Formats: sequence, structure tokens, C-alpha cells
Amino acid sequence: MAVPVTTPPPTADNPPQGRIGRRQAKVRQPRRNIALFEPQILSRAIIDAFKKLDPRVQARNPVMFVVEVGSAVTTVEWVRSLLDSHLRGQQGFVLAVTLWLWFTVLFANFAEAMAEGRGKAQADTLRRARTETPAKRLPAGTTDYAPGMAFEAVGAPQLRKGDLVLVAAGDAIPSDGEIVAGVASVDESAITGESAPVIRESGGDRSAVTGGTKVLSDWIIVRITSNPGETFLDRMIALVEGANRQKTPNEIALNILLAVLTIIFLLAVVTLEPFAIYSGNPVSITALVALLVCLIPTTIGGLLSAIGIAGMDRLVQRNVLAMSGRAVEAAGDVDVLLLDKTGTITLGNRMASEFITVNGATPDDLAAAALLSSIPDETPEGRSIVVLARDTYHQPEFNANGALTFIPFSASTRMSGVDVSDRQVRKGAADAVLAWVNQLGGALPADVTPTVERIAKGGGTPLVVAEARAGSKPRILGVIYLKDIVKTGMRARFDQMRKMGIRTVMITGDNPLTAKAIADEAGVDDFLAQATPETKMKLIREQQAGGRLVAMTGDGTNDAPALAQADVGVAMNTGTQAAKEAGNMVDLDSNPTKLIEIVEVGKQLLITRGALTTFSIANDVAKYFAIIPAVFVATFPQLQALNVMQLRTPNSAILSAVIFNALIIIALIPLALRGVKYRAVGAGRLLRDNLLLYGLGGIILPFVGIKVIDLLLTALHLG
Amino acid sequence: MTFTFNGLAQIAVYFLLIVLLAKPVGLYLVAVFERKNTWFEPVLHPIERGLYWVSGVKEDEQQDWKAYTVAMLIFTVAGLLLLYAIERLQGALPLNPTHRTGVDPALAWNTAVSFSTNTNWQNYGGETTMSYLTQMLGLAFHNFTSAAVGLALAVAVIRGFVRRSGKALGNFWVDLTRGILYLLLPICIVYALFLVWQGVPQTFNGSAVVTSLEGFRQTIALGPVASQEAIKMLGTNGGGFFNANSAHPFENPSPFSNLIEMLSIFTLGAGLLYFFGKVAGNVKLGWALFGAVGFLFLVGAVICFGAEQNGNPLLATVHATNDAVVHVDQTYHEFALAQPGGNMEGKEMRFGIGSSTLFTTVTTDASCGAINSWLDSYTPIGGMIPMLNIALGEIVFGGVGSGHYGLLMFVVLAVFIAGLMVGRTPEYLGKKIEQREVQMAAIALLILPLSILGFSAFAIVYPHGVSQITNPGPHGLSEILYAYTSQTGNNGSAFAGLATNTPFYNWTGAFAMLIGRFGFVIPVMALAGVLAGKRVAPAGPGTLPTTGTLFAALVVGVIVIVGALTFFPAYALGPIVEHLLMINGKSF
Repeated sequence: MAVPVTTPPPTADNPPQGRIGRRQAKVRQPRRNIALFEPQILSRAIIDAFKKLDPRVQARNPVMFVVEVGSAVTTVEWVRSLLDSHLRGQQGFVLAVTLWLWFTVLFANFAEAMAEGRGKAQADTLRRARTETPAKRLPAGTTDYAPGMAFEAVGAPQLRKGDLVLVAAGDAIPSDGEIVAGVASVDESAITGESAPVIRESGGDRSAVTGGTKVLSDWIIVRITSNPGETFLDRMIALVEGANRQKTPNEIALNILLAVLTIIFLLAVVTLEPFAIYSGNPVSITALVALLVCLIPTTIGGLLSAIGIAGMDRLVQRNVLAMSGRAVEAAGDVDVLLLDKTGTITLGNRMASEFITVNGATPDDLAAAALLSSIPDETPEGRSIVVLARDTYHQPEFNANGALTFIPFSASTRMSGVDVSDRQVRKGAADAVLAWVNQLGGALPADVTPTVERIAKGGGTPLVVAEARAGSKPRILGVIYLKDIVKTGMRARFDQMRKMGIRTVMITGDNPLTAKAIADEAGVDDFLAQATPETKMKLIREQQAGGRLVAMTGDGTNDAPALAQADVGVAMNTGTQAAKEAGNMVDLDSNPTKLIEIVEVGKQLLITRGALTTFSIANDVAKYFAIIPAVFVATFPQLQALNVMQLRTPNSAILSAVIFNALIIIALIPLALRGVKYRAVGAGRLLRDNLLLYGLGGIILPFVGIKVIDLLLTALHLG
Repeated sequence: MTFTFNGLAQIAVYFLLIVLLAKPVGLYLVAVFERKNTWFEPVLHPIERGLYWVSGVKEDEQQDWKAYTVAMLIFTVAGLLLLYAIERLQGALPLNPTHRTGVDPALAWNTAVSFSTNTNWQNYGGETTMSYLTQMLGLAFHNFTSAAVGLALAVAVIRGFVRRSGKALGNFWVDLTRGILYLLLPICIVYALFLVWQGVPQTFNGSAVVTSLEGFRQTIALGPVASQEAIKMLGTNGGGFFNANSAHPFENPSPFSNLIEMLSIFTLGAGLLYFFGKVAGNVKLGWALFGAVGFLFLVGAVICFGAEQNGNPLLATVHATNDAVVHVDQTYHEFALAQPGGNMEGKEMRFGIGSSTLFTTVTTDASCGAINSWLDSYTPIGGMIPMLNIALGEIVFGGVGSGHYGLLMFVVLAVFIAGLMVGRTPEYLGKKIEQREVQMAAIALLILPLSILGFSAFAIVYPHGVSQITNPGPHGLSEILYAYTSQTGNNGSAFAGLATNTPFYNWTGAFAMLIGRFGFVIPVMALAGVLAGKRVAPAGPGTLPTTGTLFAALVVGVIVIVGALTFFPAYALGPIVEHLLMINGKSF
């Protein structure tokens, strides 16, 4: 029943990321492409906006809670104005202010509901992936498959950690687990959105399977590793839905600031009444509430949680799941990126780029031997040697007069090759091949070592090729230059990082010479050669001790400690369960280059928050100039001089300010959800540009906005 | 607004001198508080050691923020009680040639709080209330210690910002001792001699009784004035020996003494800004803040001067009682007439508009509170500037400490709000500004409006509170606002026009002073304590630039919008509307 599945054998410097290379080649469609204002989300958000009027919900947001209380107070004022004949003249005005105050609360609720709505829609899609079909539970201790073996059909919710289940072709995998036996191709599109199936097999780094995915062919026996409700799918649903969203540290700090600003302005407004009483004309409650609501930072207060949810959501759009909002924030702060060389900086595989002869061998000899040694070699390196020999060195098809015996690469021999009738060819690490030649009594030519060293220094990997024919001594023909191909555009990317203030460190198992050459070519700031999990960990700790935040990607179990130690640890979805649990983000595309995008999303989140806070506070200047003269002009007509916007009447001035304050929330929802664009320029420039736009703009815009609303109100005879 | 070359030149020359003084003073502060060698080492070091030996202070012991703050509180409260006792008992104590009796409890308490909090609000006339002993042992003692406490606190807070390891903020007792011994005392000795040279009395004799040219017998108050005057200015105390404060010719005899007195108000504050940059490892940090507050200073000084020089349009035509129209010429004439012009009401002829408004701006920018002209007589806008200066927390150069850490709170806020816009968790000096920092800075900044607006709002509707106002209308509101602003801000300058020596104003004022000092400094110290233990992230191109014009502009923006706008509604009903009424022909 088992179908042979060929996979490139993992080598020291070629972690099993074979799929990545292919993945990058094509343009990935965003997974669940949900438009910003989709009608379905929109209608749900409108309903939710009303549901969120519940004071218990509002109490979590001190700014909007004050607005809601203020709205309630003016509502009472309006009822009073209906009953009291003295107040009747103000009825229309009080009602208008009251309505717009309620709108302010509703708009803020709507913003939050919109942000959540996108997540909820995604969660619904994910829920559909939850399996309803019964799982096939096997008795404990089962280690292998037997046709027609007995199993017990149970519902997925009954499965517990440690249970063994059989998943055959066409079955959905009932829960997260480790494969204990078997190999299968699995459709993970429910989780990753990627339709091409992936191979999952027992042992090694690709033994983890996720509940909700589907086995397409073959069978596997899976040991369940999550209890119901704790599976990856469950967590993913909770995350995108924002069900138990915790406020992030920066968000908490900002909330405190907004709460204190609210108290300060509450104080300014509450004490205004005694001053007004002393001045001989108390201010109406409605006007005071209007002033208060305009002064407290409602714009950022109303959009703050939407910004946070949308930030997480933007990561989900990029197929990255952040386990906590804290991680997204930390991503913005990252100082050092640890990037695995293979797959991130260079294409997954090294390619043969040149044959260099030694010892007087002709290029043809060498090319022929190299070709022969690589014909059965299915590794990407092997294939590239074949291509080079045929295309560049014009080697004819090899006609085997006899059976080819492939000697595969192994970690102990560190060479591979082919035996055919009277001929043996070997290629491999220099010392291994030299030892082989030496052992068979061959001579060691003097020019081999310099050539090998030269290639290593240039960042390449030298493979020495030797040949032994029956009856003659073995001889070394030359060296294959295997080259790491740095992905295009990486240098520009790293320059950009440098401008953002982020240092990039390349992590590789290569020797320092090779590492340096590639590091130079790629333009990273630093490199860690001959990396082991321990040296990687040490590097992270050193950077953190220096006050830097470190981000890294990883997929193997041996990456887990470093992923846990890093401030931002992005685990590849193809990686092991251990890695996924150690990291605080999972990249469903398993694309290590994603780290750069993650950093940008984190920065974008913080910038959006800062920009809207600045904007919100800057708005106050204009609102003061609208409301203060309006409130007191009856007592002191001279205060008309402060009415710089020349607003028509006091009522229209107050109403215009309140309306502007409410509408600006709606107007900024797209910005809050999409985020302020991040540009990789220095912090100084970024600060200047954003200060001009959101600070200065925040001062000027409301002057214009309030004036326009005032004109409209006057034109419509509403003021 | 009207400007004269003379007035603007005074502001410019004064500011230039402060710029020049900042570095040398700052470097000396580094030597004093970082315990490096100073010129006075051979003489003073043995005394310093002796003091530690006597008081059992372990010189090298470091305190965390709590220990430091507790030591400061113990010291201040003990001094407060001591002063209260001296005031109450002064009638029975020696060195009382003018035979002053014990001060009544509410006034004694207000004064004790006032001097121990570096406010020096005076609900009394010095020469008619206090004995020489009270002035010298009680008040002048506090002039030194409350100033040294302010400096110590500022230095401790700065350490919290800049230190790279541990939670220690220094040792309060050592900072206090060194501040007095190496800094305040030596300068004051020279300074007092200078004042004596300028004509300030320094005597233990009682008042002089003379017969004037008109044949009247006149009592002229004297006393050990010069020694007190020096620390009054340098320590930004502001509590005058005489009721008329620095307007009195025996406190401030000449334009030269006026200049030196103004310089001595800003000197230590400007030096502290340099000190800050120096110990933070980048003097540009200090200069950026210097630029920000320098800008605020210049704007305030120019507006205040312009408003006063412009004069009162109502005086252009005054209807006197006999219906004759009196015209007051308020135009400025140089040389020929040598007429200062402008609003000279309540100003000393020997100072004129320029030196008066500059003095007023300086004394309220920092927490000094000495005055050389009568603020109640200022034009509404001219009087609003000093009030706003104090309400912002006296952050402009800041005097001895308190304003400096007030400024740092605004910096924390500015960094937090705008720092996000570079896409990182905000950080200052490599330390992340997070929940605790924002919390503490916000609480500190909340304290000022809470006390100022809270007490004023209460007093303005409380019948007794209103009854003490001498001028009706918006001006009366300004008087009350100013009183609580000055006391909360620990400034001590009086707007006057409000009779505040009543139990109500004495007790509420004392409370405002205590809140303004300790309600502010405790959260600030807590913030410093949190920052001290923080890891420092190295700066890079991605970090928020905290030097240069842009950052200075940002700090100014946050101060103006967050700080000033809080008071805008109240001011609209006070000085702003008064100004608008005045230009429309109505005065109070």
C-alpha cells in the first residue's frame, strides 16, 4: 500500500526546507482575501456596535465610557427640556448634541466591531475545517499498520493526549499529533491556504500533523498531542477571532495615558462651572458635556483596540499567526534579526557553477566523471552538476555499459559516487575524497588543497572528484565549485533594515571563510559561522544582555530553545511541534524571509497608534477655539474675538465640534485598520514627517472641518 | 503689543548670559554631585567628613528610590515642624530686637509649609511679623535646605534616567550635604558680599528711626538682609526679608543687582540641564531641552514685556472725578524725555518695564517667586504669562530642581506619544517608556491641575473665598487662580489683591503647597526608581532622536498642548476675557 515517496535527504547545511524554494517561485494569493469593507462584515459590525453599548463592555475603555456616561447625561437633559418650559428653546440643540454623542460611542464601537469582524469571518472559515468525521482510535501500543486492523470509531472531541489514531487516505486528521508510523501526503490548505499537498512522515522534523488537515494518500498512525480545545486549530480560531485578546504592554501604557488625560480634561471642565458661576452665567450641562467629549482623546480612545486587532489581522493576512499581541509589538522593537542562511538569504540549494581541473586532468575528463558520479544523485546539488556538465561542458548522455551502483552520501563517509563495471567515481568533501584516494594508493597532487581553499574562501563549497579505473591507481581529477546563490534583492532588503536600525546576522553551519564570503555578498551586518543550537542561543543571550531585542526563525526541534529565548521567535509551520510551541509566532507559509514583513507589521502597528494619539491630542486646539467662546459669549460678548473660525452661532459652534469629533472616528477607521504605511527611512525623518502630518495636520484639519460643518448646518438651518 | 529696543535687548542679553553660564555651572554641578574634586576640597572635605561622622551617615551607602524619598520626607517634615515651633515661640526666643510676638497658628503653619517646600509664599510682611531669629534660623535655614533638597531630588531623578545598572539613586544625605556645602554656601557668601556692596543692609541692629526732610519721623526696617537675599534668589526661594520683596531698595537696590538676582534664579536650573546631558553621556541631550525651555522663556518674556509696554488703553483717556479728561501718555521716549512708557503702575521707576517684566517672567519660569513689581497691576496678558509659567510646573530652567524633574515628566510624555511614530516602543536614553513610567509621569502631571483648578474652583464659589477678592470680575478670578497656582507650583510669588492671611486661605494654601511638592515628587521618584533598574538599549538609526531641533520642538508642542490647554477654559474667564474687555473699554 505504501507508495514510495522521494524526498531530498537532509544534509548538514540543507535543512529540509525543500518546499520553500518552490513556494517562493510563484506568487501566493493572500489566503482568505477579505476586503476591508465587505458587506457581510459591515452588517455584522453595525449590529455589534449597538451590542457594545453595554456599559460593562464600555467600562474597559475609560475614554469611551466617559463619552457614554456623557451621552446618558445629555439624554436626561433632553428629557428635562421636554418637561420644563424654560428649557424648551434648547430642545432641538440638546437633542442634536445627544444624538451625536451617542453616534460617537457607536462609531467607536463600530470601528472595533469592524476590526473584529474580519477576524470572525476568518474564524468561521477555520471552524468549517474542524472535523466532524469520527476518528479511528487504535489500541495503545500499536506501532504499525496492518490491513484491516481493528479500530474504535470515536468523535474528535473524545480524543485525549496520547491516544493513537489511524488516518487513512481521504480522512481528516482529527487533532494535532505526531506521526508514529507511516508516510502520507497531506492537504494542509485548511490551515495554510496552500493547495499543494505536503509530505508528512514519522521521525525527523516533519512528523507533526495538524488537526483539520486531510490525508490525501497513504496512511499514518498519529499520536495525539493536544486535548480538545487546545489544538492548533482551536488556538488559531481564538487568535483570529480575538476571543481572549489580552491588551499588550504598550496598549496598556497608552490606555493609562488616555485615562489620565481624560481625568485632566474632566477636571478642567468640571471646575469650569464654578468659574462660570462666579462670572455670572452658569454653563448648561449639555455644553459642558460637549466640551468634555471634544477635549478627551476620543479619536484614539475609540480606535485603539481596533488598531491592535487590525495589527494581528494584518499578520494573519500574511499567513503568520502571532500567539500574543505582545509578540507583534516586540516585532516592531526588534534590533537584531537572526536569519538562517539557507532558504532565507540564499536559495535553498547550492548549485554547481564551475569545474576546476587539477593534476593535469582535462576538463572533459573531469566533467565526464562529475556527470557520472551525479547521474543517480537526486539531491539538488547532484542535479545541478548534471545540468552544468551537459549544458556548459557539453557532455554527451552517459551510456552505461553495465549496472550503475549508486554510493549515496552519508554523514560518515561524506562522499557519494557511482561504481560501474570497471570504474569508480567519487565526489565529496576534500578530506574524505583525499583519504579515499590515499587509501587506494593514489597520489595526492599538490594543487588540490589550494584550489579547495580558494573556493571555500570565495563562499563556495568545493567537491573533490576522483576516479579509480580497474588496474590503474586512482587519481584526482578536479574540484566542483558549488556555489550558494544569494537570492536577488536581498542586499536592498538588508540596506533597508539597516536604515530601520535593525542589524541582520546570518546564521550558517558553514565554516567562517565561506560564511564571510556569503555574508559580504548578501550584505548582512554580521554572521555566525559553524552555528550550533548552543552558539545560536549564546548569540541571542549576548544580544539581549546588551539591551537588544532579537528575532529569529526556526523549524527544527533543536531550534526550540533559541526560539523560546528570542523576543520574536517565528516557527515554520513545516517545523516540529516543539519548535511551534517554543516560538511566539507561526508562519503558515514556512517562509523565513517573512520575518522582515513581520517586523514591518509590528512597526506599522506602533506608528498607527502614535499617529492617531498625536492627531487626537492636536485636535483639541481647534475644539477649544470652537467651544469656549460659544459657551461664554453670552456673558462676555468680547470673547467673540476667540471665535477665530467665525462660527455662526454658539449652538452651531458646539454642535459642529461634536459632529466633527464623531465623524473623524469614522473617517479614520480605514487608516486604523490598514495601518499607517511604514517607510524604511531613518527614525528622524519618520518622526519629522509623521509629526508634520499627524501633529500639525491634527491642529489644522479640525479648524477646517468644524468650519465646514458649521457652514453646512447653517445652510441647512440646523444651527 | 509694543516693543522697544531697550526691552528686547535686555531679554536677549540676559538669555545670552544664561547660555554662557550653563556649561561652567553644569560642570561644577557634575563635580559636586558626582563627588569629584572641587576647588574647595581642602577646606570643605574635612567638614563634610566631620558632618557624616557626627550624623552617622555612611558616605558610600546607596539608596533606592524609596529609601531616598523617605529620607527626604523625614528631613523636610522635621524642618517643617522646627520652623513652626520657632515661629510660635519667637516672642520668647533671643535675637528679637523688634519685639515680634508669636505667629498665629494658621499663618505659622502656612509659612512653615511654605518655606520647607521651597515655595516661600508669604501671607505676612516679613519686617512686621518675623523676628531676626525666625528670619535667620527659621526662614534662611529653609532657604538653604529646601533648595538643596530640590537639587538632590533633581539629581536623583536624573540618575534614575541615566544610570545603567542597579536601582540606586544616590544617597540623600550626601547629596543634601554636598549641595549646601560645595554649592549654595560658597556662592552665597560671595553673592551676599556683592549685595552689601550694592547697598543691601546686613545688620543685627533694630530698625532705624530717622527724621525725613519733611520733618516726619520715619522708621526704616533693617536687618540681616544680604545673607538672606542671596539664598532667596540662588535657591529660587523668593521669600523676601521685606514685604515688598525685590521691589524694596534694600533687597534689590540697583539695575545691576536686579540683573544679578535674575541671573542667580536661572543659573542652577540652566546648569542642571547641562549636568543632565553630561551625565547622560551626550551634552546635546541637555542642549535640546535647553533649547525647548529657552524658546518658552523667550516667548513668555517677549509677550509679557510687549503687553506691559503697550500699556492700558483705558488710561489714554481717564475720566477723573471732576469730569476733567486726563490723558496718560504711555508712549515710550528714549533719551530726551527718558520716559519708560507703557503700564508703569506697580513697577519700580528704577527698573522700568523691561527689567520688571523680565524679572517677573524669570521668577515664575523657575520656581523662585521673588518679585520686583506688583503683578496685580499688570495688564491681563502681562499677568497671565507668569501664571501660566507656574501652572506648567515651572519647567523653564526650573530653578533648583523641581522644575527640572517637571520638565523630564513632559519629556517622558512627549517621547511616549510621539516616540511611537517611529515604529518602536518609545524609549528615552535607551530606556523603554512603558506602563509604569507613563503612569507615574501622568500622575505627576495630573497633580498640578488637580490642586490648582480644584482649590480655585472651590474658593471661587465659597463665600469667604470670594469675599477676600479686592477686584471684581475676571480679575478677581485671576487673583484666586494665581494664589493656588503659585502655592501648588511652589513658586511663592503673589499676584496680590487677594487677602490671603485668613485661616481658610492659610490652611488650603498650605495643603496646596504640600500636594504640589510631595504629590508631584513621589511619583517622579517612583518613575526614576523604575527607570534606574532598566536595561539600556543601544541607540541606532531606528531610535527616536532625542537631540536636536525636532525633538525640542516636540517637547515644546507637548508642553503647550497638554500643559497649557488644561488651563485654557479657566484663563478664558480670567485674564483672557479681562484683556478683551480692557481693549473694549472696561477695567477691573
